Amino acid sequence: MKLNSLLYSFRQGLKNIHRNKFYSLASVATMIVCIFMFGVFSAVVVNVNHVVREAEKGVAVVAYFDEGITDEQIAKIGDTIRARDEVESATYVSPEEAWEEFAPIYFGTEDPELTEDLIQDFAADNPLANSASYEIYLKDVSKQDELVKALSEVEGIRRVDSNEVVADTLTNFNKLVGYLSIGIIVLLFAVAVFLISNTVAVGIAVRREEIGIMKLIGATDVFIRAPFVIEGMILGLVGSGIPLVLVLLLYKRLEAFIESQFGMLAGVISFVPAGRVFSYLVPVSLCIGVGIGFIGSMLTIRKHLKV
Amino acid sequence: MIHMDNVSKAYSTGNPAVNEINLHIEKGEFVFIIGSSGAGKTTLFKLILKELEPSSGTITVAGQELNSMKRKQIPKFRRNIGVVFQDFRLLKDRSIYENIAFAQRVVETSSRRIRREVPQALSAVGLAERYRAYPSELSGGEQQRVALARALVNKPQLIMADEPTGNLDAQNAWEIMKMLEEINEQGTTVLVVTHNREIVDAMKKRVITLEDGRIVSDEKEGGYEHEA
Repeated sequence: MKLNSLLYSFRQGLKNIHRNKFYSLASVATMIVCIFMFGVFSAVVVNVNHVVREAEKGVAVVAYFDEGITDEQIAKIGDTIRARDEVESATYVSPEEAWEEFAPIYFGTEDPELTEDLIQDFAADNPLANSASYEIYLKDVSKQDELVKALSEVEGIRRVDSNEVVADTLTNFNKLVGYLSIGIIVLLFAVAVFLISNTVAVGIAVRREEIGIMKLIGATDVFIRAPFVIEGMILGLVGSGIPLVLVLLLYKRLEAFIESQFGMLAGVISFVPAGRVFSYLVPVSLCIGVGIGFIGSMLTIRKHLKV
Repeated sequence: MIHMDNVSKAYSTGNPAVNEINLHIEKGEFVFIIGSSGAGKTTLFKLILKELEPSSGTITVAGQELNSMKRKQIPKFRRNIGVVFQDFRLLKDRSIYENIAFAQRVVETSSRRIRREVPQALSAVGLAERYRAYPSELSGGEQQRVALARALVNKPQLIMADEPTGNLDAQNAWEIMKMLEEINEQGTTVLVVTHNREIVDAMKKRVITLEDGRIVSDEKEGGYEHEA
């Protein structure tokens, strides 16, 4: 198609929208709702994921060694663990460190001086002498079972401790949010496709006579269809651009609000920066918007425009 | 220009609309097709434009075999033919100029050529001054002249007119016919489907009469008086 014809089709597409103001408005409004929801859900999912990921960092698997193991063997086991894909990091905890951490809990005292004394007293006879371990942090908590199973089979490891309940809960919560938002978004997009295809159908009905003349004069299929496809794509573009701006404003507002009102939660809940969320949300939403417009109009054209 | 050999077109119900037709129209001819309604004129018209497929027989138009023509080739093929209808079929929301330019845009003519050729086409039908008017501001005769200009602007080899004078008074009908004759004299083949007895008799052109889907007469300088 020549540039000239493309411009012509573009003008005709705009004209279609103008002529069908009511339907165009209805489909743009639906698109706005869809993309707005999509944007909000995406932002929520990204942030929930972010929080879960942060929480996951605190969930560790602890591997204890066989009695009488050499430092060399421990180092070797460490290498084996770190080489695994699902492992984020593994820290060696010596019996002394373990005792230092555990003693205050064990003696149940709040007085640091007294605790210090007690630790010193027991230092020569560390009750946790055999409790050297690796604290292993995972990249993804859902892989915990796999890791525990694999570690149990490593030579030199006596026992593997893990917190299955925490891992399962986090994983399930993550999945739930994901599935729920996908479900709602798919439903909304179906509605958007339906509405856009209806709008285009009305446009085709209004232009029946014109299309008939075009066919007789010798217009190609592409030429006849282009204005309608462009119409759908413009509706999609407008319908996705507007909500993106809204979501961005909302996001920034909310971020500022939470920061000012719940400053003490800063450590627990940290927002993913808007720039990072929108760097992918903008292209994805625009593609979805234009894509829905394209699919919606194509569906109708195939049905109503047997050229 | 048009060659039909043993062409039949049957719809799912009733008798065939066109039955075993053999028709040959050479380049540069002026031909009337007459017959009562239901005789098969419209079906014949649509077969030539490849709006319909024949049930049997072969059709060649402007050197192109229609039976084997692929869907994608139809638009290019139709650009050889200018079509005029009884009800003008102008776009009511566009000016006269735009209506004619539309025919050129559709076949992807450059803007420069459109600017040059649309006024030429309007002058040819005597409406150069009225290019800004809308169809509703014109008389029936003027509207049909616009339709004719639209059919001509892409310089087709064949003009097909379906009852072009059906909605016009005698004087306007004559004007349109004179224009078609002029176009024919410049070398374009013209095919007119009509009911207008007076015109057919006066023009002294080739007349093909259809009845029940068959050609019942084909006269070199025919008219209604030759009907049996």
